[in-house]
Amino acid sequence: MASARNWNWFHRMGSPRWFYETTGRWLPWLWVLTISLVLTGLVWGLAFAPQDAKQGNSFRIIYLHVPASFLALAGYYLMAIAGAIGLIWKMKLSYMVMKSAAPIGAALTFIALFTGAVWGKPTWGTYWVWDARITSMLILLFLYLGVLALQYAFHSQEAGNKASAILALVGTVNIPIIYKSVDWWYTLHQSATIKLTSAPSMHPDMFQPLLVVIVAMYSFYGLALILYTRVEILQRERKAGWVRELARQAETQEPAK
Amino acid sequence: MIATSVGFSGYLKRDLLLAYRRRGEAASPLIFFLLVSTLIPLGVSPDSARLAELAPGIIWVMALLATLLSTESLFASDYQDGSLEQMLISPQLLALTVLGKVTAHWLVSGLPLTLVSPVIGIMLSLPGEGTVPMMASLALGTACLSLIGAVGAALTVSLRKGGLLLSVLVIPLYMPVIIFGSAAVQAAIDGLNWLGPLAILGAMLSGAIALCPLAIAGALRLVSNN
Repeated sequence: MASARNWNWFHRMGSPRWFYETTGRWLPWLWVLTISLVLTGLVWGLAFAPQDAKQGNSFRIIYLHVPASFLALAGYYLMAIAGAIGLIWKMKLSYMVMKSAAPIGAALTFIALFTGAVWGKPTWGTYWVWDARITSMLILLFLYLGVLALQYAFHSQEAGNKASAILALVGTVNIPIIYKSVDWWYTLHQSATIKLTSAPSMHPDMFQPLLVVIVAMYSFYGLALILYTRVEILQRERKAGWVRELARQAETQEPAK
Repeated sequence: MIATSVGFSGYLKRDLLLAYRRRGEAASPLIFFLLVSTLIPLGVSPDSARLAELAPGIIWVMALLATLLSTESLFASDYQDGSLEQMLISPQLLALTVLGKVTAHWLVSGLPLTLVSPVIGIMLSLPGEGTVPMMASLALGTACLSLIGAVGAALTVSLRKGGLLLSVLVIPLYMPVIIFGSAAVQAAIDGLNWLGPLAILGAMLSGAIALCPLAIAGALRLVSNN
């Protein structure tokens, strides 16, 4: 009995309606938190942190590059875990989270690659190097695109869900292997490239805003994921009673404004 | 025990027989491999020193694409004529049945590529020390590629235009294989120990044999439900 009660929260979480209503209450707070963290971190990092001795102002792109790279990788695992929960417990909601995580993750991976290229030009004099980390990021982008493409290829929602969940899981098993192989490949071909791995230890004045931006990016990711998932819920549950009720309320409120 | 081996060997024999009856189709990856290797000197340079430098990587890329080409049809005809459903409802262990099919696929696509590769090696002036490592790495590596590709083929079998999607899904997963495959050949040419990369390919193959059939079976079950 006790164990049954302990699992109640878990089953409640599986209800899209519960998720929609609960996150609806969180949203205003999350917006405030995200905006204030992003503003604090970016203004601090971009305007007040000291210039880098060698790179001057161009180093400031780190305040976008590093958080985006963090979340790009973490987002893949979140997507795969959501997919696994969906496959194991057949939870509708977790498929919706998985589907929402894919475009956000792909966008963040792209941002990480793009800011890296922009940063590379003034620092190393080239937009692109076949460095281990850059290459693994590129492969990560392809993995995201695969999940996205598979999701949209199926006419049946159910099949698209399960297929992309399986693919995400296969990708998860492969990510460590890909990372290790690319690392090894890079050390083999190291000859004429720039060394990225020895990141100089940062001065606290530069590091503190970076921490803020990383936390801000987590918060932004949570916000974006919740917003995407809410849209997905409304779309998939559009025939459910509570969603129709919501739509009716919205319609009656609209002319009053 | 008897029942499980029947699923494996039965489908292995059946797919080999089918491939034998459709010899033209089965030979197409091999022909592709030969054709593309004539494009390389035309497109890059017929200079044997330059070709020799590029040969390990080029041969591996071509072998990968040739395997990918044949992977698409792995489950397609079974899906269309309904024998996939029979396979799913049979009392055999699905993962083993699937392994039988993938083994047949490797025997028809990967193994011929491996056997022909010395000829391609000579044509692309691959240094002689690279020949044996190339065959060994292609033998192990194409088996990996068949297994990984089969996961993608199973996921996309019910889609009408699955071909391009299949390559989007599968090529990122192929990358470790090509890294260590061409590294083994390169190491042998440079006079280094090439058994290390080959051992890693072997480890990848063992992992793939253990895990891929489960993913393929899961993906095929999903298709049958829709």
